[in-house]
Amino acid sequence: MATAYAEAGDRTAAATHAARLTHVSKSFAGPAGPQLVLDDISLDVAPGEFVTLLGASGCGKSTLLNLVAGLDRPTAGSIETTGGRPALMFQEHALFPWLTAGKNIELALRLRGVAKAGRRAEAERLLGLVRLGGAYGKRVHELSGGMRQRVALARALAQDSRLLLMDEPFAALDAITRDVLHDELTRIWREAGVSVLFVTHNVREAVRLAQRVVLLSSRPGRVAREWTVGIEHPRRIEDAAVAELSVEITEELRGEIRRHGRD
Amino acid sequence: MAATETTTAKTPPGPGTPGSGTPGPGAPGPGAPGPGKNADDLAGLEAGLDALETVREQRVPVREVLLRKVLPPVTAVALVLVVWQLLVSGGVTDSYKLPPPSAVWDSLTAMWLQGTLLDVLWTSVSRALLGFLMALAIGTPLGLLVARVRVVRAAIGPILSGLQSLPSVAWVPPAVLWLGLNDSMMFAVILLGAVPSIANGLVAGVDQVPPLFLRAGRTMGATGLRGARHIVMPAALPGYLAGLKQGWAFSWRSLMAAEIIASSPDLGLGLGQLLENGRNNIDMPGIFLAIILILVVGVAIDLLVFSPLERWVLRSRGLLVRS
Ligand SMILES: Nc1ncnc2c1ncn2[C@@H]1O[C@H](COP(=O)(O)OP(=O)(O)OP(=O)(O)O)[C@@H](O)[C@H]1O
Ligand SMILES: [Mg+2]
Repeated sequence: MATAYAEAGDRTAAATHAARLTHVSKSFAGPAGPQLVLDDISLDVAPGEFVTLLGASGCGKSTLLNLVAGLDRPTAGSIETTGGRPALMFQEHALFPWLTAGKNIELALRLRGVAKAGRRAEAERLLGLVRLGGAYGKRVHELSGGMRQRVALARALAQDSRLLLMDEPFAALDAITRDVLHDELTRIWREAGVSVLFVTHNVREAVRLAQRVVLLSSRPGRVAREWTVGIEHPRRIEDAAVAELSVEITEELRGEIRRHGRD
Repeated sequence: MAATETTTAKTPPGPGTPGSGTPGPGAPGPGAPGPGKNADDLAGLEAGLDALETVREQRVPVREVLLRKVLPPVTAVALVLVVWQLLVSGGVTDSYKLPPPSAVWDSLTAMWLQGTLLDVLWTSVSRALLGFLMALAIGTPLGLLVARVRVVRAAIGPILSGLQSLPSVAWVPPAVLWLGLNDSMMFAVILLGAVPSIANGLVAGVDQVPPLFLRAGRTMGATGLRGARHIVMPAALPGYLAGLKQGWAFSWRSLMAAEIIASSPDLGLGLGQLLENGRNNIDMPGIFLAIILILVVGVAIDLLVFSPLERWVLRSRGLLVRS
């Protein structure tokens, strides 16, 4: 019944998991009594691992990420994360419109406790990392959708968390921009060695990115099945291997959804 | 819990090493380009996408501003003057009831030549601004308290909204009895008029902060006072500014009510007293002049201070659409 954050001092190689969910359930108060959204979810994310969560709309993916991020408490079970507060990237970019792109990142740095002197340079470095070197002084509304997502990614990285939670961050983007950001994310993940828990309902995206794909069933959300993705990097979303596994997973996902039609 | 097919997690790849996962079904993508070329392609592609998607804002030329923003109100004022003059010339009513615009103008130049015009204006404007600043200093923390502390909101929230609809003239009689005929009485009336507006504006601003910003702040560690400072206050700024604008209007109105009702030789001559003196002397041009000056000051402070501030805040957040 607790969401525990291990202190930053625990950031040792000895940590066997970046996040551990043990028998987590979550219900919301509904019109007809409590409505069970997540049911007995147990899931580990290893340090440096990239896991994608797949599931139909409304199966509780966002709820799960919110729980891991500590924005909400589980009804039962426990969630443990190591390496400080996880960084959460929302489906909407959630950048603060009263700050420039650079200042958004600097706020994250400041709240993390980075000294004033180093913030500007660090923000510029992070913007460079998402290839937005010239965007420091830009207001949020002056950026394109893809640029906003990249600034949001840079801001999440600014938290220097060992666990990055991403809630359908690229869902609203066109295919080419999304493709570009997939490459960026993969590169950053491999360079920084962070753990990623990535929510999507795009099967190909899940396979393109992940080392492990976790399929959630709906109503209530349970872990239905998992796949280990062994495809070598660099991957492309149109690769035959990605397509092949995607077909298999889609079939399973269809089955999950169909099962509800019969109920 | 449903069966899980595979549960073992692969060791993650070290920094910079190629993926270490076992080959999955099918072969790796055919003809993957080398990393160097790939990165160049990517940078070029991104630059192209960014250029395509970024909105370019243009500054409006001065001539257009004059044409669209200055010309319409000037025309409207000119029209009012023309109609006024026509009514006077047509002899619609007695000339002591409706003086011609020229008589009001003469009144103005007379005051200017006597050197009293600026004194009168300054007396009222300085009172109103000082009162407004006091209202700001009280209304802001009060608004924050009401917005953030549930008990305080339950206790005084409704009263605060109710006070907004109470005409500030109502406060003049008790203020005179409590404080006497002096500047403190004026400030008391201004405060009672403006503080609720400012506090309510801030409460509305805080209530309208999108929950997404609060949650984003929380994931970054902005909770409690740090959250108030870095997230809640800046996010609530547009509502707060709207409250300030209204607070100024209430300050000015309250002060005029106080000056008209509570005139005494001890109090310096302000615009309200000017109006009251006009009534006592049956000096209609003087009355018209006082009304026009009160209007002009109210509009001028709004145009010079609050509107630019509000526009700047909205524009910097992309909330102002130029039509
Ligand atoms: N605060 C809440 N109060 C009540 N019910 C909620 C709340 N938040 C989520 N739910 C319910 O929980 C279920 C799961 O919601 P959630 O947002 O986690 O779905 P999701 O898997 O993220 O869906 P999508 O893919 O569409 O984003 C939904 O049925 C939703 O109605
Ligand atoms: Mg969701």
